[in-house]
Amino acid sequence: MRPKHNQTSGPSNDVAVPFWRDAEKRAILFQIVALFVVGTVSYYLYSNTQANLARQSIATGFGFWGKEASFEIGESLIRYSATDSYSRALLVGALNTLKVAFIGIILTTIIGSFIGIARLSSNWLVSKMAASFIEVMQNIPVLLQLFFWYAIFYESFPAPRQALNPIKGVFLCNRGFMFPIPQPHSAHAVMGGVFLMILIGGWFLNRWGYKRQELTGQILPAGRITAALALLLPLLIWVLYGAPTAMDIPVLRGFNFQGGLTISPEFSALLLGLVLYTSAFVAEIVRAGIQSINRGQIEAAKAIALRPGQVLHLVIMPQALRVIIPPLTSQMLNLTKNSSLAVAIGYADFVAVANTTINQTGQAIEGVAMIMVVYLFFSLSTSLFMNWYNKHMALVER
Amino acid sequence: MTEATTAKREQLKPPTSNVGLIGWLRTNLFSSWYNSILTVVILLFLAWLVPPLFRWAFIDSLWNSSAEACRDIDGACWSVIPNNIRFIILGFFPEGQEWRPLLAMALLLGLVIYSKERSRWKKSLAWLWLINILIMGSLMHGGILGMPVVETSQWSGLPLTFILSFFGMIVAYPMGILLALGRRSQMPAIKTLCVVYIEMIRGVPLISLLFMSSIMFPLFLPEGVTIDKVLRALIAIILFTAAYIAEVVRGGLQAMPRGQYEAADSLGLPYKHTMRLIILPQALKIVIPPSVGILLSVFKDTSLVVIIALYDVLKTTMVTLSNPNWAGYSSESYIFLALLYFIFCFAMSSYSRRLEKELHTGH
Repeated sequence: MRPKHNQTSGPSNDVAVPFWRDAEKRAILFQIVALFVVGTVSYYLYSNTQANLARQSIATGFGFWGKEASFEIGESLIRYSATDSYSRALLVGALNTLKVAFIGIILTTIIGSFIGIARLSSNWLVSKMAASFIEVMQNIPVLLQLFFWYAIFYESFPAPRQALNPIKGVFLCNRGFMFPIPQPHSAHAVMGGVFLMILIGGWFLNRWGYKRQELTGQILPAGRITAALALLLPLLIWVLYGAPTAMDIPVLRGFNFQGGLTISPEFSALLLGLVLYTSAFVAEIVRAGIQSINRGQIEAAKAIALRPGQVLHLVIMPQALRVIIPPLTSQMLNLTKNSSLAVAIGYADFVAVANTTINQTGQAIEGVAMIMVVYLFFSLSTSLFMNWYNKHMALVER
Repeated sequence: MTEATTAKREQLKPPTSNVGLIGWLRTNLFSSWYNSILTVVILLFLAWLVPPLFRWAFIDSLWNSSAEACRDIDGACWSVIPNNIRFIILGFFPEGQEWRPLLAMALLLGLVIYSKERSRWKKSLAWLWLINILIMGSLMHGGILGMPVVETSQWSGLPLTFILSFFGMIVAYPMGILLALGRRSQMPAIKTLCVVYIEMIRGVPLISLLFMSSIMFPLFLPEGVTIDKVLRALIAIILFTAAYIAEVVRGGLQAMPRGQYEAADSLGLPYKHTMRLIILPQALKIVIPPSVGILLSVFKDTSLVVIIALYDVLKTTMVTLSNPNWAGYSSESYIFLALLYFIFCFAMSSYSRRLEKELHTGH
């Protein structure tokens, strides 16, 4: 006997069921209606847009990419001038976004973990200071924090001529921080190459060490060997090349400094604001991750006579990281998305450059679409990584 | 353990070094040599940092003076706040009508505080909100009871921040629930539409949606039809928030045990009633604390409308600072504003934490 109102029945009924009572047919009908509504609304908006564009005689398309941008960009990782094309200006913007996001992510992870651990300290003063840092940073809008730091940099530091000079060669003024950097030398490339090769080699050494430990029981201090090599070998190469010490020192010429490395106030304010704001959230994540570990795990590790370093490295961290990494990645993504607020304090990130492009060319739709596509690319590649990571971690589980 | 200890009648008091102030200091500040060093270093740091800041903020400062008097002092010029408070809080709202936005904000805050108690969460509360929203809307807009009409372009300052965040949240919530249900749906077309919408919105920064609202929405509309700026920004905030609410609600739906769905099925309830009577009441209860968290982030994110030149409370402060008389006192103004935001956000986040504890009826 079939019930009268069957929710899951197929079409093979003896009695003909009217299609609005049949769940499957109703679902199909419902989906067609939904798609039709979405399609109609999209078409309506599209036709309006076409009519409006035709009326304002704006040409659509990405033809403007090849045209001359004719605006300057304050800072750039690649060579750029106002005579370059829009596409190159946008590339400069994207690289600037990546630059602030990359440095920001590294600093946020370090500072956030530090504060998260401090929050769990048995020292009352340390724990309370970490707690108030977290509360204050989380509860003030990041844009307000950016304006605040930018105002501090811009109003409190003197003009270049009266620049503060705390250490020889380092200058602080309202045009930014100026540092001396080593003059380019052929030794640097070799040192960097060797350093990278040692890091890669260290990874393989570590794997080989684990395999050997499983077979023979002997422990190989792969981490220490790699660290020692990574420090000493580049130093040796530096000495072999005759120890070049020539520095490029910033010098005041006219109204601003030249030479050395300049970190602009816009970049500093953006980085400082983003890092402080996000590290408060990261601290809470790290704290929750460490607290998620059962005390029994630590006691068991001590019972089998692991040293404190090994307890941390082999027992606590692998389990805490599994809890920490997913929300941590989404905070990193938040930092990258929040870096678009650069447009408010005048750092030339992708959104700022795209905004200038929109204002100059009138290509609003293309401009906003480009911003969305670039950030969607960051987000989707992060979630791909997350899926891979979750799968990788699921294998380790029992 | 020995005979002697059990024979003694008199109870031993704990050593004085373990109780009282000294005991507290020992266990909390000087429990080991590195904790002692840490404590001393931090105290030295505070001693270096706090006195000059205190001097700047309280001793060398001026609280209610003219801009000229501020030029001669080293400390903070808090006078920038009382001298411009009317503009910072209410912006361009017409002179003589200040009581209207102030009353509307008082109504909103009163209602929020009234709604805090869980015993008052009944159907009548929803009606109360609806009536209040109508009253607040007519207070802001005017046009009835002899109140002159105030265009939305003159809505600014703190009322604008409240309108964007609270109304954005109220409208986005039902939309977010629908999106979450759609994402969990068995129908492939509905599911795809919802997933694409949610992931796309969550993948882009709010600022790109605000740009879209300010420069692309006018292109979407037929000739002659315009929506004003505030409403466009509100739409962008609603579209953005709905995607985040959808993910929070989806978390609540996923937390429901299968048995709840199966029980509803076995009673022969159709989808509509399963959701309305069984699943959503339980799922929404779980997600109340994270929803307050979303309201908190919407409240902070409304400050982004500065970038599309809407005069929220951050923008009115910046306008004040662009006045040559008061230029240069940005630290003071931003600290005041940060304090304002902090009070509201801290209240919301501690409320969310309290609710989480109260609603945790599981095992």
